[in-house]
Amino acid sequence: MSIEARIADEQPETFKFSAENEKEIKRIVAKYPKGRQASAVMPLLDLAQRQHDNWIPMKAIELIARKLDMAEIRVLEVATFYTMFNLKPVGKYFLQACTTTPCWLRGSDEMMRCIKDRYAIASGETSECGRFSLLEVECLGACVNAPILQVNDDFYEDLDYASTAALLDSLEADAPLPVGSVMGRSGSEATSGATSLATLKPKQSGVANA
Amino acid sequence: MLKDADRIFTNIYGWGDAGLTGARKRGDWSNTAKLIKLGHDEIVERIKASGLRGRGGAGFPTGLKWSFMPKEVKDRPHYLVVNADESEPGTCKDRDIIRHEPHKLLEGCVVAGFAMRAHAAYIYIRGEFVNEARRLQAAIDEAYDAGLLGKNAAKSGWDFDIYLHRGAGAYICGEETALLESLEGKKGQPRLKPPFPAGVGLYGCPTTVNNVESIAVAPTILRRGADWFAGLGKENNTGTKLFCISGHVNNPCNVEEEMGIPLRELLEKHAGGVRGGWDNLLAVIPGGSSTPLMPRDVCNDMTMDFDALRAAGTGLGTAGVIVMDRNTDIVKAIARLSYFYKHESCGQCTPCREGTGWMWRMMERLVRGEAESHEIDTLEQVTRQIEGHTICALGDAAAWPIQGLIKHFRPEIERRIAARHSADAVNAAE
Amino acid sequence: MPKLTVNDIEVVVEDGATVLHACEAANVEIPRFCYHDRLSIAGNCRMCLVDMERAPKPIASCAMPAGDGMVIRTDTDRVKKAREGVMEFLLINHPLDCPICDQGGECDLQDQAMGYGFDGSRFDENKRAVENKHMGPLISTTMTRCIHCTRCVRFATEVAGVPELGAIGRGESVEITTYLEKTLASELSANVIDLCPVGALTSKPYAFAARPWELNKTESIDVMDALGSNIRVDARGAQVMRVLPRLNEDINEEWISDKTRYAVDGLRRQRLDRPYLRGRDGRLAPASWDDAFKAIAAKMKKAKPATMAAIAGDQVDAEAMFALKTLFGKMGSGNIDCRQDGAKIGGARAGYLFNSTIAGIDDADALLIIGSNPRIEAAVLNARIRRNWLSTGLPVGVVGPKMDLTYDAAFLGDEPAVLADLASGKHKFAAKLKKAKRPMIIIGMGALARADGAAVLGQSRDIAETYGVVTKTWNGFNILHSAASRVAGLDMGFVPEKSGLDVEAMCKAAEAGKLDLVWLLGADEADLPRLKNAFIVYQGHHGDNGAHHADVVLPGAAYTEKDGIYLNTEGRVQYANRAAFPPGEAREDWAILRAFAGVMKINFGFDSLDELRELLFRAVPHFADRDMISPTKWVKFGSRAKVKPVKFTTAIDNFYMTCAISRASETMAECMRANGTDRAEAAE
Repeated sequence: MSIEARIADEQPETFKFSAENEKEIKRIVAKYPKGRQASAVMPLLDLAQRQHDNWIPMKAIELIARKLDMAEIRVLEVATFYTMFNLKPVGKYFLQACTTTPCWLRGSDEMMRCIKDRYAIASGETSECGRFSLLEVECLGACVNAPILQVNDDFYEDLDYASTAALLDSLEADAPLPVGSVMGRSGSEATSGATSLATLKPKQSGVANA
Repeated sequence: MLKDADRIFTNIYGWGDAGLTGARKRGDWSNTAKLIKLGHDEIVERIKASGLRGRGGAGFPTGLKWSFMPKEVKDRPHYLVVNADESEPGTCKDRDIIRHEPHKLLEGCVVAGFAMRAHAAYIYIRGEFVNEARRLQAAIDEAYDAGLLGKNAAKSGWDFDIYLHRGAGAYICGEETALLESLEGKKGQPRLKPPFPAGVGLYGCPTTVNNVESIAVAPTILRRGADWFAGLGKENNTGTKLFCISGHVNNPCNVEEEMGIPLRELLEKHAGGVRGGWDNLLAVIPGGSSTPLMPRDVCNDMTMDFDALRAAGTGLGTAGVIVMDRNTDIVKAIARLSYFYKHESCGQCTPCREGTGWMWRMMERLVRGEAESHEIDTLEQVTRQIEGHTICALGDAAAWPIQGLIKHFRPEIERRIAARHSADAVNAAE
Repeated sequence: MPKLTVNDIEVVVEDGATVLHACEAANVEIPRFCYHDRLSIAGNCRMCLVDMERAPKPIASCAMPAGDGMVIRTDTDRVKKAREGVMEFLLINHPLDCPICDQGGECDLQDQAMGYGFDGSRFDENKRAVENKHMGPLISTTMTRCIHCTRCVRFATEVAGVPELGAIGRGESVEITTYLEKTLASELSANVIDLCPVGALTSKPYAFAARPWELNKTESIDVMDALGSNIRVDARGAQVMRVLPRLNEDINEEWISDKTRYAVDGLRRQRLDRPYLRGRDGRLAPASWDDAFKAIAAKMKKAKPATMAAIAGDQVDAEAMFALKTLFGKMGSGNIDCRQDGAKIGGARAGYLFNSTIAGIDDADALLIIGSNPRIEAAVLNARIRRNWLSTGLPVGVVGPKMDLTYDAAFLGDEPAVLADLASGKHKFAAKLKKAKRPMIIIGMGALARADGAAVLGQSRDIAETYGVVTKTWNGFNILHSAASRVAGLDMGFVPEKSGLDVEAMCKAAEAGKLDLVWLLGADEADLPRLKNAFIVYQGHHGDNGAHHADVVLPGAAYTEKDGIYLNTEGRVQYANRAAFPPGEAREDWAILRAFAGVMKINFGFDSLDELRELLFRAVPHFADRDMISPTKWVKFGSRAKVKPVKFTTAIDNFYMTCAISRASETMAECMRANGTDRAEAAE
């Protein structure tokens, strides 16, 4: 996607961090040595995005540049280099579907088909209702629990068409399913039951060893 | 098969309490101060003796890497940086360490940081791991509250701070110098080497960047002894390792196993075997997407360790084992990886920036057979033009999967081209 | 000093040199795009790969430090393949639009493709297209051609000190741009055009104007400021098409300011191409040379010498000043002055030169700037200060108004009292000067072009003496001129003789009706309305202020249209060369004066430029020492009078319009508009 297409045409006139976030900024900047405040640029962009409906307006970029004593273009470089920074609005539920090979081998096509069947959107688009945006993303690093759909901050794992549909139902009802494996795995143990550590397994584990 | 007693990550599945109480029960933080008493150099020596090789993909001996740090702290502080930017397709072990065994990582930071005379560690975690980062931060807070971090960490007499830094979506930040750039607030573009991080790293200071798993196993190795670790696995490929088995197996899983375990045993004992049985196996990518695939005949007797896989023209990498059965469109599987590398190229140097896009576009055509057969050679040559000519290893990583495909599945590619040509001929005739 | 071999040739290179340097030392050519001697090492183009013994893969020679005993080969099959491979990658997405590209004929990519390119393309995909970016009135962009070498980004960030250019996005989508496509706010911005190895950044004012092989290239000297930047003037026929920098390590290295480069379109506008006489109706009317000379001669013959005066402007060559000085000398008038601005300088050379030399800035370890904005008055010199600051953290103090110098500076105040505090050691910054081994003071015309300028000079000298600014081996006492002609004028004594009038006295005399005639030699910036009672002769090249006030206009030649000697702010003698002929009836200035002397029946003793120069060299011998700076003695200068409590200013507030040429330049006007609007937007 060209850079122009990634930046919202309509921009707010101003941007200000909330009082709470201003405190958070102080805490973040303190993590880095004196004079190295530029290290805080990614956390601050993230903070701006979280405060501003999951996207970063240019005024926030300019504000962050001032706060961290950086050139605006340096902040924009960072904001456009990393894919998690949204420079234009996305829906309330930002669906980031991993389709890289390990997820694809486990049926990410079905997960995608389910989303497309429901909202008729392609990657980079937002549903007509405005509540769902879809982005095809690269490996999310949970391959053993593939395929993965990241909804805002949360990973939903082990999806297929039906479970994706159930997940979308739950989102539409604003009552999201519990985060994690839709098959009920606590981690990345074998789906049929763990083949290791059984001797160390605590007695009251909630995970069925079916 | 590895005995549970010899497993380091005993809560890798998250059955027990990931917090400090649970971690202590599993032995974490039990005698950190005593480990620190060994002294900087003794710790390095013991890690060397254990034979531990870096778990992030390259397999460089960890103790040796630590020993590159200056022996004296001069005007610039030393830093430990932990690479938790786990993004290599097929790899998801660090995520589990972070969410289920975070204290192993934190204690490892104190021990390793002390060994390299650092008073601070930055853990760079990939941005998408939002919940994992929250868990890790909670563990850090808990450790500070318990006096395990900060001044006189774990009563060791050594001050040690750990800071968590989140990425924001860039595979390349798993490359250690790109990670440092990113941590400094810049685009994650790899640095030219030399200078190496041990001399000029984070903020221009001596720095060692280690993978999560490499750091997290260090305290256990020191506790149980280098001999214990070295006694597991094979010579030069010692110890245990977290394997991530994904793709066409009956039960995808992460499992800690002995280095050098036969691939077939790994898949069949832990992952329920290949979907449809061993004979239904088409190919395995043994160590994350960067490592060239192996067709079944190579897989038959393969053991999972650095040296054996290297001898077979591939690598152990991160031990992210991606299994593909005979129903797999193997060309498409690799083409999808080509897209991944194109998407993740930082764009800094010419061969990678231009070459990854070219390769992907050719691969897409090969998936559909829309090519001339001589273009297979062109593609192969393009991979060679990238390989070894870039600033970092992403260029190589993008080239190898395609080289593996052409090496082992050239007839399949040619078959598609021929099929396409005859279909075109039929269409033209109609 | 590592010793290594390159293709079996043994070379020894400086510590800190790279393998690329070693290859150059061995006369082995290394192709490159991103590498540039004056920028940080990026190592991104990968064109300079070479083989190093025991290295498993080729190394980037630009980034690899040369080590003792290294064995480098550039002639292996592997190196050849590596270069060809990189070249192919650079070309696959590069549009092959060379026939319509302004870089054609002087393009690194084109040239190197001859050496390392294939004769056909294997690239069967669609080529990448990139939207062009707005970067202001000087830089034209065709971003599809960009090969992402990042030279422009590094120049803006490192040399120009305006971190406004960047590479956004990643992978094959990386695009070079300014933040929201703002104009690059630097006086040095157009150097990125020279640095761009391809046709991505080309010259907007010169767009599609000429092909490089059509141009006559003349090596010359710039007069837009007092640095004497070395330039190449490219002309086609009578028209100067463009100005490019020429390498001079001691002065401008390889940069020039945007004004030096782009004011030249002003050479085509508002030119005086024939003599004019002011008629009874008060209007200037075309006249013949004869009539013009006769009119002046008639006035001169009637006037007493003491009621005649001459002012030399800021861009005049030494020869013209010498001819005018000769004329007035022969007439018996000592009323001559080359300081339009009334600067209180002259006499002892150490009191008006940039004594440390420009290159001396590299060695300074503390800097006090008084009444100057070097960024505006000498943009290229300012980049050198910035470089020192970047590499050593040079402490800089400024006595004068606040300004953005592109480096950190302590603004000590604009009240002259600060000088006294510095001299007495009371001021905090004095400690920095005291600690320094090679402290430097730069004094601009903002501090000297005032009634008490001599006192300011004297007090500055006191500061210099107090803090060891001048030692046996170091002289950091520097005057920064803004007029290209000034030092030559002072050196040859184009200043009032005893009891002669300086510019201020001339004005007063004129106001009192006691001045009959003033000869303005390219002097457009003096307070001309005050001279209106006198008969004004304007000799120059533009219909600017001078001509506007003149009774007679004599059309002269601009700096590109004559051979001429200039002494820069260091006192360095440099020779400019004619690149084109003056328009119409305009003539070289020395020749106009020689011709007028004939009318006046005055014997100048020269009939040619060579003969003039012979006399000039006899009068001021060091003018013959081309490219040299003649040594000066540290003596007393300045006055001990009290400095008045009037705030210091700077000499120039508008970088883009400082002379008749730049005021006539459409391009400079556009730069002003662009910077004005952009700044206003940014301030909102």
